[in-house]
Amino acid sequence: MQRFSGLSLIRRGLTGQRGWQPQWRQAEPKAAYDAIIVGGGGHGLGAAFYLAKEHGLTRVAVVEKGWIGGGNTGRNTTIIRSNYLFDESAALYDHSVQLWESLSQVLNYNVMFSQRGVLMLAHTVHDVQVCQRHVHANRANGVDNEWLTPEEARAVCPLLQTDDIRYPVLGAAFQRRGGTARHDAVAWGFARAADALGVDIIENCEVIGIRRDAHGAACGIETTRGFISAPRIGVSAAGHSSVIMKMAGVELPIESYPLQALVSEPVKPIFPCVVMSNTIHAYISQSDKGEMVIGAGTDAYTSYTQRGGLHISRHAIEAICELFPMFRRLRMLRNWGGIVDVTPDRSPIIAKTPVPGLYVNCGWGTGGFKATPGAAHLLAWTIAHDAPHPINAPFTIERFRDGNLIDEAAAAAVAH
Amino acid sequence: MSQGLRTVSGGRINRARPVRFTFDGRELSGLEGDTLASALLANGVHLVGRSFKYHRPRGVLTAGPEEPNALVAIRRDAARVTPNLRATEVELYEGLEAHSQNRWPSLGFDTGAINNLLAPFIPAGFYYKTFMWPRRAWQWLYEPRIRAATGLGLAPEHPDPDSYSNRFAHCDVLVVGAGPAGLAAAQSAAARGARVILCDEQPELGGSLLGEADPGASLGENGRDWLADTIRGLLANPRVTVLTRTTAFGYFPHNLIGLEQRLSDHLAQPDCRQPRERQWQVRARQVVLATGAIERPLVFPGNDRPGVMLAGAVRTYLNRYGVLAGRRAVLITTHDEAYRSALDLKRAGATVTIVDARNGASGELAETARREGLAVHTATTVIGTRGRLRVRSIRIQRLDAHGQARGATERIDCDLVLMSGGYTPSVHLFSQSRGKLAWSEGLHAFLPAESPEKVRCAGACRGVFSAAAARGDGESAGARAARDAGLTVDIVIGEPQPAQSSGTAAAGDLPQPGGAPPAKAFVDWQNDVTSRDLLLAAREGFRSIEHVKRYTTTGMATDQGKTSNLNALAIVARQLGKSIPEVGLTTFRMPYTPVTFGSFAGYTRGELFDPIRTTPIHDWAARQGAVFEDVGLWKRARYFPRNGESMHAAVARECQAVRSGCGLFDASTLGKIEVVGKDAVTFMNRLYVNGWTNLAVGRCRYGILLRDDGFIYDDGVVARIAEDRFHVTTTTGGAARVLAMMEDYLQTEWTDLSVWLTSTSEQWSVIALQGPRARQVLEALVQEVDLSAAALPHMGAATGRICGIPMRLFRVSFTGELGFEINVPADHGLAVWEAIHAAGEPHGITPYGTETMHVLRAEKGFVIVGQDTDGTVTPDDAGLTWAIGKQKPDFVGKRALERPAMHSPERKQLVGLLTAQPHVVLEEGAQIVLDARTTPPTRPIGHVTSSYYSATLGRSIALALVRAGRSRMGQTLYVPMPGEDLAVQVTSPVFYDPKGSRLNA
Amino acid sequence: MLLINCPYCGERPELEFVHGGQAHIARPGDPAECSDQQWAEYLYRRDNIKGLHGERWRHTHGCGRFFNALRDTTSDVFLATYKVGEQPPTQAQLKGVKA
Repeated sequence: MQRFSGLSLIRRGLTGQRGWQPQWRQAEPKAAYDAIIVGGGGHGLGAAFYLAKEHGLTRVAVVEKGWIGGGNTGRNTTIIRSNYLFDESAALYDHSVQLWESLSQVLNYNVMFSQRGVLMLAHTVHDVQVCQRHVHANRANGVDNEWLTPEEARAVCPLLQTDDIRYPVLGAAFQRRGGTARHDAVAWGFARAADALGVDIIENCEVIGIRRDAHGAACGIETTRGFISAPRIGVSAAGHSSVIMKMAGVELPIESYPLQALVSEPVKPIFPCVVMSNTIHAYISQSDKGEMVIGAGTDAYTSYTQRGGLHISRHAIEAICELFPMFRRLRMLRNWGGIVDVTPDRSPIIAKTPVPGLYVNCGWGTGGFKATPGAAHLLAWTIAHDAPHPINAPFTIERFRDGNLIDEAAAAAVAH
Repeated sequence: MSQGLRTVSGGRINRARPVRFTFDGRELSGLEGDTLASALLANGVHLVGRSFKYHRPRGVLTAGPEEPNALVAIRRDAARVTPNLRATEVELYEGLEAHSQNRWPSLGFDTGAINNLLAPFIPAGFYYKTFMWPRRAWQWLYEPRIRAATGLGLAPEHPDPDSYSNRFAHCDVLVVGAGPAGLAAAQSAAARGARVILCDEQPELGGSLLGEADPGASLGENGRDWLADTIRGLLANPRVTVLTRTTAFGYFPHNLIGLEQRLSDHLAQPDCRQPRERQWQVRARQVVLATGAIERPLVFPGNDRPGVMLAGAVRTYLNRYGVLAGRRAVLITTHDEAYRSALDLKRAGATVTIVDARNGASGELAETARREGLAVHTATTVIGTRGRLRVRSIRIQRLDAHGQARGATERIDCDLVLMSGGYTPSVHLFSQSRGKLAWSEGLHAFLPAESPEKVRCAGACRGVFSAAAARGDGESAGARAARDAGLTVDIVIGEPQPAQSSGTAAAGDLPQPGGAPPAKAFVDWQNDVTSRDLLLAAREGFRSIEHVKRYTTTGMATDQGKTSNLNALAIVARQLGKSIPEVGLTTFRMPYTPVTFGSFAGYTRGELFDPIRTTPIHDWAARQGAVFEDVGLWKRARYFPRNGESMHAAVARECQAVRSGCGLFDASTLGKIEVVGKDAVTFMNRLYVNGWTNLAVGRCRYGILLRDDGFIYDDGVVARIAEDRFHVTTTTGGAARVLAMMEDYLQTEWTDLSVWLTSTSEQWSVIALQGPRARQVLEALVQEVDLSAAALPHMGAATGRICGIPMRLFRVSFTGELGFEINVPADHGLAVWEAIHAAGEPHGITPYGTETMHVLRAEKGFVIVGQDTDGTVTPDDAGLTWAIGKQKPDFVGKRALERPAMHSPERKQLVGLLTAQPHVVLEEGAQIVLDARTTPPTRPIGHVTSSYYSATLGRSIALALVRAGRSRMGQTLYVPMPGEDLAVQVTSPVFYDPKGSRLNA
Repeated sequence: MLLINCPYCGERPELEFVHGGQAHIARPGDPAECSDQQWAEYLYRRDNIKGLHGERWRHTHGCGRFFNALRDTTSDVFLATYKVGEQPPTQAQLKGVKA
């Protein structure tokens, strides 16, 4: 792998930036691999990387029906945090944050992980209770999160309007280690590093079937570019997880919804952190390029169209303008949609499946980007050991049958 | 400075009306009808901005919304500053104050231009390759500097004082674009009786015709008359809505189109009561897109200097604004149509040299040019330009027979360069409709094909470029749209016109010596993406156009690649040895041009952000100085401080009043649902966990509702008013979703039941009168009801009158005291409240709020759904198993309660907690552990759900969910807080009057 | 914002409706007879079809009625809406409807 550094940029700058090699090869599918990952997003590419790097599997392929990083990896608002309520979730997301903290160095690719802090606003007495419960639970789990008064919240984010709004800000939970990263770089960085370890990244290759052997175990995938055999297949296909898993006869408790995001025109730095409000449904940060990056909610109905309704993005902007009335004069530059795979308890599934040799990583809903390295790492572990890592052991498919839900959404509870 | 470059006559400006304005503090003058860009050009100002990355000096490139360079901030006052506006769209008004952006200290001398020298070392994507050492430095060193260097204008810092409006509209035919095709389409649809909305982003109708010296002349037969008649007819037709300054920015499912109408930005002194913009959501039966085409620049070294402009833009400035953008011009082109600009310039007095990269130019326009004495260099390319803040010369080179730049070179001095690489049809909205695009090799363009929506295109946006043909195309499209919208079919509907290849040319960059990729040949002006950057991306393995776009940022600037996308595509395709359609096209995303956030938000701010629900007693409480809290949409009185009391003191006083005398509480926000019908009891049995069959008329029961996954969803007291009638109450926040859930089961699962559901939340005012003296207070006011404990025991219900008003009276208590809930029609709520308050004054009646209610119920161990439960709690967890009807074969949630995890001995159960130090009040949400003095991470076994100081008990109390909590009675646990671990003892959750003698009094 | 044809009221904007999830999932008649697996499937398993999808809507801010719809989840085009208790249109009936 060609080393990336400031020095290499200068050296190659003297010769017109020639001599850079492709960041990953344009691999042709081979007949057989030790493991195949279906889905070339950050999660899938990362899983391939960790399989090669930590588990010694180098005959690994990632198959992607379009171009890598083109799904939710490249369509999200890049927020990273680990201040989840339940022990299981906190362990999972904090595992990821810890990997984020050294990811640029591990991959030799600047993923621009920026720990600028995530501020989660409380607007009602009930919100305050929920936020404080998070703060306490996080501290018990060794996850940083602190309670701020409205004044302290304004000190973190001076533009925040806390009073004279419909739902005044009564305080906020603040995770300093949270922040943002550069989404495309994560996919490309994992691809480049995995490729250097021998992983084949096969783009424009759509899976159309999963083949099972006489014993029912998964043994390969049918693709638009032919059959590829492998004894272990990991599916990491986000919104399309149901579609892929059905090919192997595995039904998932998942529904796919449109999720929109949007950015403003770029402006000079004015917004130092990430601000989220569950009560009025908005989240916002400023990208390094200067765009205000704003997340909207999901639409009410399932869809694979990668677009949502105008009223959904309107509502997100209403909420942002309520909290930041100076932004009313900014202008929306771009709006887009992804397809998010949502489980009944809003927690993911990273697990073995009823089909031997078939593994799944899905159900990340609206929050998968932050988990990219963690989910990838745990999926790789689960594939390599044919058993879950202790961190992802609770995130099974069977939890829905047994009632062991990890219900982050319900735990945020409802107003009484 | 005089407007030295203004022509003597012609154009659409009002020469009699000078308009003063400032640019970076410099006082200048333009004319009414100018844009900021045309006025600047009239003053000889070409340098208007700096580019995003290299801070290169940039001038006006275009005359429309595709402008990448001329971005300015317009300032009206401190709060009305709008960054990143295109000078080509900003209409001039008296006193307009414009500022250039992204430069320091000044536009002419910008220190950021150092980046231009560093360009060889900071190619596309350089930031992915560096700034990684040392690890922490990204955060505090590199990122802040990168952030400071990027961004364009300055964000406004004060709340925007302007207002924005919204409107919904419906029409038979929406026509987007009022050029020749759009005008014809609107006219033709309207003539067939259609209700038409015609919108155009410009201030006047005409579209591309406005750039013609004689707009009607190009429309063919009777063109001038037709144009005048059509515009007059449309404006006069009451079934036609004409919206100028209105951009159709987004195409949403099922023919919903978003329009942004700019109402006041062009006015010198807008009425502050007038909205600044109005956003329309138009649902159209049929849509006609007549969105025109955008001229493509050419890619050659130094193509970004101020003074290098699109040929059509130069022509527009000349014909429409009477501005000569330069006097010594060079036109660089690859097609005939651009010659029109050269000819117009020449006729206006400029010298023009034509450089045509094609082998020969023999069309009619080329011949005219030669005839009028213009120098035409064919088979010639451009290899460079010079000039620091304005182009001074260009260097051209002859191409050999193979199209290679090998011939003689020549320098041409100039102050203006026109370029044109053909036209790109504007298919943005069509593509947003999920319409498929088809590549036309003949036209070198993507053209609209099939769409799932009811849409058709007309004119230049589908490759019908000439004005006369576009008019015919529009007429046909308008007629067909009217027909498909269901209007009477007439016999003659013209055919769509065929697409034309005149004015089209291959995209990509101009040939360079040695075939080498030239330096500083810009593809995306605003984001500073050069052809070299694109080639670097291709070399580094980025093959999909989406990858190239993201890696180089081409097409991602505020112009969204309107001028750059096809050139980028062609350059990448050639490098990869693929055809353009093989490389693909990036997705067109809403909005077409940037849309003000305020116009999305509309009036939705402050009080109008969400509806505010108040009870009939709200104003009374407000007059008493109540402090309110938001609960869902409701405002609820939280406490009633007297004489500057703290919340703590007020709550203590209110609690004591209820416990010792009586208190008055507004419970009107509770959800209420009337469940009526012969199967009402069956319905209740199937839905709630409780048994209802044996509930007598005139009795109440505490009901618990689960979801079918077994977790508590809602609760509330249910009264049986008659055999076939239940008065169901829900939590304040749960009313709507409980009713929805009931309707769901009733309409889709239990269609056999004869039951009607009616929301009565707003119909009843609910007044809770609680405390040992409650009966005495009430007695004087109530008719037809015997209030004695024997006649109306705890959980009794009666109908009767209070103050002559019909009421439903429930003897229920959420405080543990003798209590009544008086339901009266909402219109009488306040009167009854005031009457009770007056009657209670001798008894020390005290209004209390939700905070006191919470303390009182916690003293009794009553749970609040949503606070002591959280969607993961079963009835058994909450200690409510007693409420479950044991005989019932089924109810919603029953089956799920039998799952293994629901029986785990490790489930969290509701218990009481008493702190070792009685005055320490635990924090709600605090975690509970088995052992003291452990450091995180620990394994909490529970958390505090409710915690208060109880004035009644003279100590703090808390409710908590603790693993296997009921088996831990008496055990000491710990609540770790920063600095110390608080010891707590596990107790019953009922702290006060466990026998319930007070409540039964 | 979708345009939805309520079988009782006609075409109305999506804002008047609440989505009700996948259609034709009947609550088991005798839950006690269900295995945990069967109950979990009733509660949680959804077809999540990419293509023609049967779903429920409720015209909450209108007639208040639930009804069913067939929608193509790859285009969001409705092929049909029909009342509770009615059978979904057959393929033959759907022919000619633009998907």
